[in-house]
Amino acid sequence: MTLTSSTERHHRSSLRWAVSDILTMARRNLLALFRIPTAMVFAVIQPVMFVLLFRYVFGGSIQIRGFDYVNFLIPGILVQTTIFGAIGTAIGLAEDLQRGLIERFRALPMARMAVLGGRTVSDLARNVLVLVVITGVGMLVGFRPHGGVGAYVQASLLMLLFAYCISWGFAYVGLAAPNSETAQAMTFPLIFPLTFASSIFVQVAKLPSWLRPFARNQPVSQAAEAVRGLMLGTPHGESTWITLIWAVGLIAVLGPLATSRYRRAL
Amino acid sequence: MSVAARTCAISLSEIAMLRRYRLSRTTQALVQYFVPKLLPMSDYAVEALNIVRTFKDGEILALNDVTLQVPRGEVFGLLGPNGSGKTTMIRILSTILKPTSGTASVNGFDVTEHPQSVRRSIGLAGQFATVDENLTGFENLRMVGLLNHMEKSRVVKRSHELLERFGLSGAANRTCKTYSGGMRRRLDLAAALVANPPLLFLDEPTTGLDPQSRQDLWSIIEGLVEEGTSVLLTTQYLEEADRLAKQLVVLNHGKIIAEGTSDQLKARLGNTVLSLSFATTDDARRGAELIQHVSTKPANVEGTVVDITVESGPASAAEALRRIDGSGITVVGLSLREPSLDDVFLSLTGHKVEDTDTPTTVEDAKGRRARKARS
Repeated sequence: MTLTSSTERHHRSSLRWAVSDILTMARRNLLALFRIPTAMVFAVIQPVMFVLLFRYVFGGSIQIRGFDYVNFLIPGILVQTTIFGAIGTAIGLAEDLQRGLIERFRALPMARMAVLGGRTVSDLARNVLVLVVITGVGMLVGFRPHGGVGAYVQASLLMLLFAYCISWGFAYVGLAAPNSETAQAMTFPLIFPLTFASSIFVQVAKLPSWLRPFARNQPVSQAAEAVRGLMLGTPHGESTWITLIWAVGLIAVLGPLATSRYRRAL
Repeated sequence: MSVAARTCAISLSEIAMLRRYRLSRTTQALVQYFVPKLLPMSDYAVEALNIVRTFKDGEILALNDVTLQVPRGEVFGLLGPNGSGKTTMIRILSTILKPTSGTASVNGFDVTEHPQSVRRSIGLAGQFATVDENLTGFENLRMVGLLNHMEKSRVVKRSHELLERFGLSGAANRTCKTYSGGMRRRLDLAAALVANPPLLFLDEPTTGLDPQSRQDLWSIIEGLVEEGTSVLLTTQYLEEADRLAKQLVVLNHGKIIAEGTSDQLKARLGNTVLSLSFATTDDARRGAELIQHVSTKPANVEGTVVDITVESGPASAAEALRRIDGSGITVVGLSLREPSLDDVFLSLTGHKVEDTDTPTTVEDAKGRRARKARS
C-alpha cells in the first residue's frame, strides 16, 4: 500500500499544518492591527494615556501604604491592558463572521482550530508589544521594579498566560455577537467590574466593605497582586498559584465553549 | 469496495485531482492521464442526491429534495431568484453546511465523510467577495495559498501570476479597502484559483457589477473552462446562465422546477416576450383576452401592462394589434424583449417571482447583514 501516501501524509503532518495555519492567521491579524489606526490607538496609545493619567493626575491623591504609587500602578496597568486587549479578540472574530471571511475559511483545507488559535495568538503577540511599551514608558515616569530581571520575566509570562486564557472567553463573545459593535458593547459589562473593582489601581482595603469580598477574590485582582509582587519583590502570598489555577481553570472551560460556538457559528 | 481499496482509490484520485502537489510536469501529466483510466472515476464533478436542508429546527425548508449531476469540464448553472436555495446548495457542496439529509460527493469525495478532501479540490468565490479588506491583494492570495498548504515559493509565484492575469498587478500592494467592486470580485475569484482546483463554485459572481466588469468576469470564467476547470455557477440572470452554462437547473423555493440545456429551456419558454401597455387597467384586462390567441402561453396582466411569451416577435405583435384594432381600446406602448428570469418563472410556475422582502432562508438574512456591513 505505498499509494496511500497522500491521505496519510496529511494525517501525520496535521500538527505541523495546524501550527502553520495558526501562524498564517495570526500574521494576517497582526498586519491588520498595524494598518488600522484605531486598533493601534486602542492597543498601545490608550494604555500609555492611562499610565500618564494615573501617574500625574490621580496619582497625587492616591496614597498606598508601603508603595511609591508609580511602582504600585505600572504592574496594575499592565494587567489591565492585557485584559482590555482581549476585547480585540471579540471584535476581530465578530468582524470576520460579519464579513463572511469565516465562511471562506471553512471552505479551505486549513486546520479547524486555526481561526480561533490564530486570533488568540495574535492577541498574545500584541500583548508582548504592549508589555514592552508600557514597561518603557513606566521606567520613564519613575517605575523601578526591584524584583530583578528574572522575576520581571516570570511576572510577564504569568500575565501573558492569564490574558491568553481570558481571550478565549472573549472569543466566545465575539462569535455570539451579531456584529462587531455589539461585540464591543457586550465586553464592557464583563471587563469593567473585573478591572476596576480590583487591586489594579487602588488597595482593596480602601474599597467599600460590600465590594471588598468580590474585589479581593476575583481572578484579575489575584493576577495583579501576583504580577506586582513578583515585579517589585514584595510579598504576595499565594496569589501566583491562585492566578495559575484560575488561568488553567478558565481555559479549560472557555476553550471548549468558544470552540463549540465556532462550530455552530454559521 | 473494501476499506483498503477505498482509501487507495481516494488517495489516487486526490493525487489526480490536485494539480497543486509539487510533482514534476511529466509525473503530473502521467498521473492525470492514467489514474482516471485505472480507476472507475465518476464522470461528474458533483453528484448530489436528494439533498434536504432545513433551518430553525425544520421551520424553514431551504432545500427540498434536490438532485444534481454536474459534468466535468463545463459550466453548470443553478438559476433562481433570491431565497430559492442556491447559496444553501453551494454551502453544502463546499462543506460549510451539512445537509439535513441526502448525500453529495464532490470530485468523488463525500462532503460529510471526507470534507477536507473536498476542500482540497474546490475553489469558492461568491457574491459577497470575501476578501480581507485590511490586507493587500497579494497578501490575500498568499494567505489563501498558505492555508491551502501549498509551498511558500509556489504561493508567491502563483499569486503574482493570478494578479497579472486578472489585471490587478498595479493594485497588488494596495489594501483591498481601496478596491472597486469589480476588482474585489476578480481578487475573490483569484483567491479561489490559487490552489488550482479542478472545480469552482461561483455564487452569483456578477450580481451588482457594472456591465463592463460583468463582461470581464464572463471572459475570465470562459477562459478557465477552456483550460479544463469545471464550474458550478449560481445566478439570477438568465442572460448569464445562457452565455456561460451548458446545462442548468431552475430552483424555486428549494425545489428544482426545470432542468435541461439553456436552449431546451428557452424552447419551452418561447423566444420573445411581447409587452403591451394600455391606458387603463380595464383596457389591459380586455386587451389580454383579445391577444390571448397569439400564443399558447398565458398572458399576464399587471396593472396596465400585459406580457405574453410568443414564438415569433414581429408576427405576433402585428397579429396582436390587428385583434385589438377596432375594439375601441387604445394601445399606448408596445415592446418586444428577450425573456428574463421573471418570464421563466411566469412560464414555469404561472406566477411572478415573489418579492423577497421577508427572508425565506437564513442565508438571505446573513446576506443582507453582510451587504449592510459593506455599505
